[in-house]
Amino acid sequence: MNKRRTARPHNPLLESSLQTWRARLVLVLLLTGSLVLVARAAWLQGFNHETLQAKGEQRFARVVPIPASRGRITDRHGDILAVSTPVRAIWAAPREAQFEPAEARKLAALLGMDVEALNRLLSSTRDRIYLHRQVAPDVARRIAELRLPGIGQDQAYKRFYPGGEVWAHVLGFTNIDDRGQEGMELAFDSRLRGEPGARRVIRDRRGEIIEEVGSIRAPRDGEDVALSIDKQIQFIAHTALRQAMTEHQAAAGAVVVLDVRSGELLALVNAPTFNPNNRSTLSGAQLRNRAITDLYEPGSTMKPFIGALAMEMRRVTPDTLIDTEGGRMTIGRATISDVRNHGKLTVSQVIEKSSNIGTARIALQMDPQDMWNMFSSLGLGVPLELGFPGAAGGLLRPASSWRPIEQATMSYGHGLSTTLMHMARAYLVFARDGDLLPLSLLRTETPPEGRRVFSVATARAMREVLEKAAGPQGTAPRARVTGYRVAGKTGTAHKVEAGRYTDKYVSSFVGFAPASDPRIVVAVMIDEPAAGQHFGGAVAAPVFSRVTEASLRALGVAPDAPLVPLHLAETEQTPRGKM
Amino acid sequence: MRLEIPLVAVVVASALGVVAAQHQSRKLHAEYERAQARAHQLEVEWGQLQLELSTVAALTRIEPIARERLGLSEPTPGRVIVVGEGR
Repeated sequence: MNKRRTARPHNPLLESSLQTWRARLVLVLLLTGSLVLVARAAWLQGFNHETLQAKGEQRFARVVPIPASRGRITDRHGDILAVSTPVRAIWAAPREAQFEPAEARKLAALLGMDVEALNRLLSSTRDRIYLHRQVAPDVARRIAELRLPGIGQDQAYKRFYPGGEVWAHVLGFTNIDDRGQEGMELAFDSRLRGEPGARRVIRDRRGEIIEEVGSIRAPRDGEDVALSIDKQIQFIAHTALRQAMTEHQAAAGAVVVLDVRSGELLALVNAPTFNPNNRSTLSGAQLRNRAITDLYEPGSTMKPFIGALAMEMRRVTPDTLIDTEGGRMTIGRATISDVRNHGKLTVSQVIEKSSNIGTARIALQMDPQDMWNMFSSLGLGVPLELGFPGAAGGLLRPASSWRPIEQATMSYGHGLSTTLMHMARAYLVFARDGDLLPLSLLRTETPPEGRRVFSVATARAMREVLEKAAGPQGTAPRARVTGYRVAGKTGTAHKVEAGRYTDKYVSSFVGFAPASDPRIVVAVMIDEPAAGQHFGGAVAAPVFSRVTEASLRALGVAPDAPLVPLHLAETEQTPRGKM
Repeated sequence: MRLEIPLVAVVVASALGVVAAQHQSRKLHAEYERAQARAHQLEVEWGQLQLELSTVAALTRIEPIARERLGLSEPTPGRVIVVGEGR
């Protein structure tokens, strides 16, 4: 040491002894520094690792939706009536969507819109806007290939209705978000709707999924729904109704076909109708499912029930004579009348000839409460449990409030209102030996239990009466069908507008066939026929005939009458249609 | 001391194994994803074909073809014979 000291020049700084606390301070500072680092590392690794891991995952992990499709709607044989197919929704983030005018033109052309319209959308101040919600997959691919900044795509679905206007009222439609808005689409929305799932995945830098971290929600595809409706019969009814609409220049109309054995609906058509695939020019009148939602006064189609009730209560037999009082009858201050003077008629003839006075006289023999009970047990006044949106119940006032004139008019179907579907269902009691089934819009495997309204004997007796009503002597010879015996009743009711009866009519016909062993009930309503004729027998009965003949043939029902041409020359002005 | 060398070797080998397995798993997963996307794609195509089928088979389209192009019509009553009913 001494040697070195001598070799170097003398440095007084080294002479002065350093205070020892300074060295300690440095040591302590260094130690604290490293302790802080260790603590921080321990904090990050040990206690706080979850948030950090989550942050790391955020860089690569993505939640991707798993699309679920809406269920299909099929007819009773499984033919597709409504199906959702995937399309792409094109969106833009206007702030990032900056590109050349040429590119904008290309994009606009692919989207099928004006460049101006596109630019207007892109100048929006919102974060994200949809340019087009439903773009076909191949077009979407070409848009993606343009690789424009700020333009993205989402998975979406578009619903197609291959049956078009034939099925419009039954099926209804969905909105842009694939949610049911009308008809079956709305009624069974919860079953049809799929629940999209979601899962967490890790993507590599090329965007390819390399690992599934976990499933957040499993997707649930919507259930398929099989309707009870038969595609062929639906088409038959649609064609026949459309023909009648033009022939009679009617305002509206509806046809319902029921399966007598199971209570299933085989056809449900309305006019005017619409194309569910193109709803740009839709009006409220086109949308209405009249057979279910519109109330009308059923008119004479109600008469057989009064006759049946009187027979059931043993007040009359089909052969009891009723005096129709020369075609006019006064009850209180009101007068009711028949179309012509029928003289004395049997109960059976009262219904065949559709005598208002005869029916009123039968009805007035009964207690109003009994009539009310019968109407009520037929399901009138209460909405049908079809699950269909907007189903109307109808108006049936309590019997205690009926005046005699009202009891009389109700017997021939005025002063109470109901829907065509209610009437079609009520006729099941005659077609089915006296019991009533709940109706179903869905295919059912086992027929439901019926509820008895009339005895078997009464129902069979009324069936005979109704067959005569649709015969050459009845009000509806034009309801007849080649090869099958039919039974049914016409109805012609004045329309009520603002509480007054007008000179507008609703012509209807409800019947069933084959009369020997009924298989279908067909109900027809034509609203405001304006081409001269308005009686149910002239307007609605021919529609019934066309629908019944073609439907029974489509169902493969064996004829129960000889297959010879009907000699309708004296009653038919126009040659029989092809249907 | 002797033991350490093989242990290090085993650890290194296992680590490499993990890397290889991970890589394999990711490759397979990517393949699985592609297969699933294809399955979805095929399902979509099936739906579209079904749609096309029901559009082509629509009665509104078939009826005019049957009547006009093929000249078909419903059988008139005289041309129908019912068999096997035993009446």
